[in-house]
Amino acid sequence: MLLKVENANKSYGALKVTRNISFEVAEGETLGILGPNGAGKTTLFNLISGDAGLDEGSIYFNGSEISGLRPFQRCRSGIGRSYQVPHPFGNMSVFENLMTAACFGGMLPESEAVKVAEEILEVTGLTSVANQPAGSMTLLNRKRLELARALSTRPKLLLLDEIAGGLTEHEAKELVDELKRIKAAGTTMIWIEHVVHALMSIADRLLVINFGEKLAEGLPTDVMNDAEVKRVYMGIEA
Amino acid sequence: MNAKVVTNTANSKVGISIAVLAVMIAAALPYWGNPYWMYEFVNIACFFIFAMMWNLLAGYGGMVSVGQQAFFGIGGYTMLALGNLAGVNPFIAIPLAAILAAILAYPLSKLAFRLQGGYFAIGTWVISEVVRLTVANIEMVGGGAGTSLTAFRGVSRTFRQYTTYWIALGCVVATIALIYIFLRSKQGLALQAIRDSEVAAESQGVDVQKMKLAVYIVAAFGCGLAGALYFVSNLRISPDAAFSVNWTAFGIFIVMIGGIGRIEGPIIGTILFWAINHYFSDFGTWYLIGLGVLAILMTLFAKEGIAGLLHKHFGWDVLTTKRIFKAS
Repeated sequence: MLLKVENANKSYGALKVTRNISFEVAEGETLGILGPNGAGKTTLFNLISGDAGLDEGSIYFNGSEISGLRPFQRCRSGIGRSYQVPHPFGNMSVFENLMTAACFGGMLPESEAVKVAEEILEVTGLTSVANQPAGSMTLLNRKRLELARALSTRPKLLLLDEIAGGLTEHEAKELVDELKRIKAAGTTMIWIEHVVHALMSIADRLLVINFGEKLAEGLPTDVMNDAEVKRVYMGIEA
Repeated sequence: MNAKVVTNTANSKVGISIAVLAVMIAAALPYWGNPYWMYEFVNIACFFIFAMMWNLLAGYGGMVSVGQQAFFGIGGYTMLALGNLAGVNPFIAIPLAAILAAILAYPLSKLAFRLQGGYFAIGTWVISEVVRLTVANIEMVGGGAGTSLTAFRGVSRTFRQYTTYWIALGCVVATIALIYIFLRSKQGLALQAIRDSEVAAESQGVDVQKMKLAVYIVAAFGCGLAGALYFVSNLRISPDAAFSVNWTAFGIFIVMIGGIGRIEGPIIGTILFWAINHYFSDFGTWYLIGLGVLAILMTLFAKEGIAGLLHKHFGWDVLTTKRIFKAS
């Protein structure tokens, strides 16, 4: 198992946002995470990436317990993440954004980082805007940059937080095609997404969260046919 | 196939050539200018170095400190103590004083870094006041009334003025050059990333805490250097002058007017500050009110400062830290 989350618990004051969640992700697998707004999906990412600390439980990555590590250490150990609301380095160019990720997250010398950045610019279709300030880009390109920057850290595990949210149908399809290529290259992914058909087209398994608890987990078609999931997530009464 | 990275722009080449020429003319100032200009240059150089450090801290590291005068004062007093009490040549004491300021920054950071944002700002100011009160109680360096630098007795005035001037010019050039080289380096990428988004920088593998500590220590060194230099030139020190919060206030003014988060910012800001100070400081309180109003107007209507405006409207990027990608 590449990632193993055991009995994760997290509260913000009196609000329990993660309750006893456990799941595993195998190497090369793509896990999709679904759940209503406020279900605690992003919090789960924050716990894995280290942006938030666990109250109880443990997280194992690549065989070692990582819940005591700081975010930059987790990134260097191979966990790359994108944010739901893009956090570009706005005054730096797209290329410099990727260079930063490759030099620090990927721990590469600059000469090697340039090669990685060039390749990822190509894969994510950002070559033509490489020298533009990251803060001045369109939504699609900012989402692409989130993905490209996370990839530049050369992750074993990629955490994608609503990367297709707010995109048009066509743009979402382009993004899914990119993700398929990344998946084919062997990168393990966890993808939080509300655009269900986009998620279904790539996920090997689905995990559904509601009120911080695991509601269902399994093969995409099984999960989507689950009566409880239909009721909670799609509002369809059985 | 090999992608290329270009690190200069057309106007950065022109800019650097002009700068080299200006430094050569400035270095010869003692032979063509008048001694008062040298004195004024040394003073303004101290403001400039101080502002460069504040820009590094706040503009890049996101640390808005109101207590950098602590290190300015420590620099000044260390130089004085080494000169008057230990018999060290004050010119040699300047770098030693800066080093001590940097060393003391480490334990002080342990206190200051517990605080964030506005609390950090006030906390650094409080730390500086504690240092001021401590120094004011040390009789060996003159206590609350301060004392004079006596270590220069027997040194000719011309030699002292010329040497102080050249050291100040050297420090100015070194400050610009070192900050530029640093921002061009791999670590510079990390610092610029922190400036733009601390959360994202950390999540992309940048050790934000270590970087901030390094910046805090470097800034303490620079402020200590400025302090030692200032009192070598002015020959008289007191706790109120050395640890005055005005040092930081003027530093902030210079950076805000010139352009925060850009190397050119403090350079332009210092020239403007010098001009305003030179022509209007006789107006006393009105002069200070004028500075305040100008700073408020700039923050409201042009918070990128003059350097930022020049970049936005005319594409000026003289000391560029850009890495321009050329696909193979």
